[in-house]
Amino acid sequence: MELADQRNLVHQTRDARRSKSFPKLSPAERDSLIKQHHPDHRAHAYRPIIFGPNAGQSTVIEVATLLEGESPVPADLDLTPAYSVDVLVVGGGGAGCASALHAHAQGANVLLATKLRLGDSNSVMAQGGMQIAVASDDSPVQHFLDTLKGGHMKNDHQLLKVMVEEGPSIAQWLLELGVLFDRDADGNLHVKKGGGSSKARLLTCSDYTGLEIMRVLKDEVLNQKIPLLEFVAAVELLSDAKGACTGAVLKDLDNNRFIVVAAKTVILATGGIGRLHIQGFPTSNHFGATGDALVLAYRLGAPLVQIDTFQYHPSGGVYPEQLVGALVTEGIRSEGGHLVNAKGERFVNELDTRDVVSSSIIRECEEGRGVRTPSGRVGVWLDTPLLDVEHGPGTLDKHFPAMVRQYERYAVDIRKDPVLIYPTLHYQNGGVKIDVNGETPVANLFVAGEASGGLHGRNRLMGNSLLDLMVFGKRTGTLAAERAKSLPKSSLTLDHLKRFRAEAKRHHVSAGVISPMVLPAYTNK
Amino acid sequence: MPDTLDKKKTLDQEESLQPKMVTVEIEGKPFQVPAGITLIKALWYSGQDVIRGVGCLGGFCGACATYYRTKDDPKVKTCLACSMAVEDGMSFSFMPAFPARKATYNLLELKDPKQDLFTLYPEAPLCRNCNACTEACPQHIDVREGVWKAVFGDFKAVSEMFMDCVMCGMCAPVCIADIAPNLVALYASRAQGVHFTEKPEGLSTRIQEIADGRFQQEWDRILKLSDEELQNTNASTN
Repeated sequence: MELADQRNLVHQTRDARRSKSFPKLSPAERDSLIKQHHPDHRAHAYRPIIFGPNAGQSTVIEVATLLEGESPVPADLDLTPAYSVDVLVVGGGGAGCASALHAHAQGANVLLATKLRLGDSNSVMAQGGMQIAVASDDSPVQHFLDTLKGGHMKNDHQLLKVMVEEGPSIAQWLLELGVLFDRDADGNLHVKKGGGSSKARLLTCSDYTGLEIMRVLKDEVLNQKIPLLEFVAAVELLSDAKGACTGAVLKDLDNNRFIVVAAKTVILATGGIGRLHIQGFPTSNHFGATGDALVLAYRLGAPLVQIDTFQYHPSGGVYPEQLVGALVTEGIRSEGGHLVNAKGERFVNELDTRDVVSSSIIRECEEGRGVRTPSGRVGVWLDTPLLDVEHGPGTLDKHFPAMVRQYERYAVDIRKDPVLIYPTLHYQNGGVKIDVNGETPVANLFVAGEASGGLHGRNRLMGNSLLDLMVFGKRTGTLAAERAKSLPKSSLTLDHLKRFRAEAKRHHVSAGVISPMVLPAYTNK
Repeated sequence: MPDTLDKKKTLDQEESLQPKMVTVEIEGKPFQVPAGITLIKALWYSGQDVIRGVGCLGGFCGACATYYRTKDDPKVKTCLACSMAVEDGMSFSFMPAFPARKATYNLLELKDPKQDLFTLYPEAPLCRNCNACTEACPQHIDVREGVWKAVFGDFKAVSEMFMDCVMCGMCAPVCIADIAPNLVALYASRAQGVHFTEKPEGLSTRIQEIADGRFQQEWDRILKLSDEELQNTNASTN
């Protein structure tokens, strides 16, 4: 069947679908669906990590290989620092900007290094919004419970309590910086409903929430004149005799020179792993999402948590080919968009959690109810025109201008026709183990944002990432700055690397892979 | 926004998914690349390492601001290279980093932000209405109108018009009055948020409630529960 005929089936079945509701699954049904169809449960994609803090634990082959990889830094590198600072922030996305701003506000001498431009990150793409319990019928406790249920009860309770309780003050901070959240007629913050949440709790800036926050944070980093190194990646950490973190070796990607930074504290905010294309999945992530913090922290002895679980966002583009992997915001489903298989039927409650919805899409496609594109990809329909039918003409234009524009570039009008989607690698649920201040078990090494683990359990709830970035950006920045005041200058060594190399040898691991990856190799050579 | 979709383009789209090659010119040099791939992918396909010029790959960060021209058309247009498909005879180059001046300011300390605009960006009122900025905008923002709105103090309109702005900066190099419209708009939008937008009452109430320990009892109750009990509980709304 031609794609156009398949598409017509969505139009033909729309009215019939509108009149029926689709129930949410029971916890037992969810578990069974996920075990059968979620990519986290494909045993062949996993292997145990051979050595290091998480030795014996299983993760995807792509991550295990990088963790056991070889440092690009030669053992005899001259460690005379080019910069000596209180706080080194690595990463220029939401968590990096927030931590740099808070550390700077504490009076610390901060340096921010990022391997692309300031702000080039996943944060800038966050469309769905930011969960904060501000509505009068909502509470931080309910936010906590919803997140816990979404995370399969595996979230770190302390981290989570901190995040939900500090949410409202974070909203206040962003408003004071000039972020323009959507409002109700009475001036209160408008809240939208998100998948997996029992209350409307998403603060939004139309479908540009991440972009709006990042425009403002970047501008403020520049206003505060925080020293900035762009196109400079962190490739190794430095340690003293006690194994505490004392700085980093950076690499300037323009001239390939190493830059040694002495830092009393280091905050890693390098984001997630989408560009590792785990299990061959396309990704919604930005160009630099290569899991650098995992590798850097691991070599210095920091353990990782829940590093076997990843989020596959239900709605990645499948057609046109240029949009493969690109995200179709969850907001479409929040506002009532149906998921429809090749038979014109709904097959899941669209507002169930991301892991459930993704698993159900994969099930439909594996069992032959998917729609095939001319290039051989398979997906299901997301009925976008339904929103204009349901809420009146102009709804898509008003609430989803970014998405209308994104598809318009390829002559697809989402107001008139549904779009094809399939799960896309979106988020690293776990990461480096941190405490409530974002500090790792390695002294003076902090991790903020997606690179850290524990907060989201085994499935992050929509809208909790932007909040995570802001809360733990603030906590790491504030504490790292405070800590730096009382720390004396310490030595800069690569001793941890010697230990790491010795352990690799003992386990007969010759990786042949240099890590961190820094940027994916897409160039045709 | 076009009212009707270009049907020919739609057809090209489906054909382009066949392994058909097209010739494009990248920075003046011809390459054969598969039809229909994005400009960024064409760069990779033709063997070029790209670091400056690739960001989010989703049309939001503005890193891949690009000039392009289609076959036999003298008009040079702008686009985001991650969100544009190649076609036969197309010619394109990345926009180099442009040294536009960004004013620095402390928004909270500004007394009269609408007047302060003229101190921070004295070039803003010198717009000569050439409209080149609007034509250069890959997001189809009416940039020129936005600059005038900022100058006349309608910061609210500016903030709404520029919500789509990805800060690619393509409006700046074309300005004959040396205005960087995206930076002017960012200032106006932030000032709108800080100085001219109502404080949400509900938020202040919630912050106070948390400070006063209103939810303490609920926390005490739920933090004692087992996972199974947590699975089946909801917070009390009282």
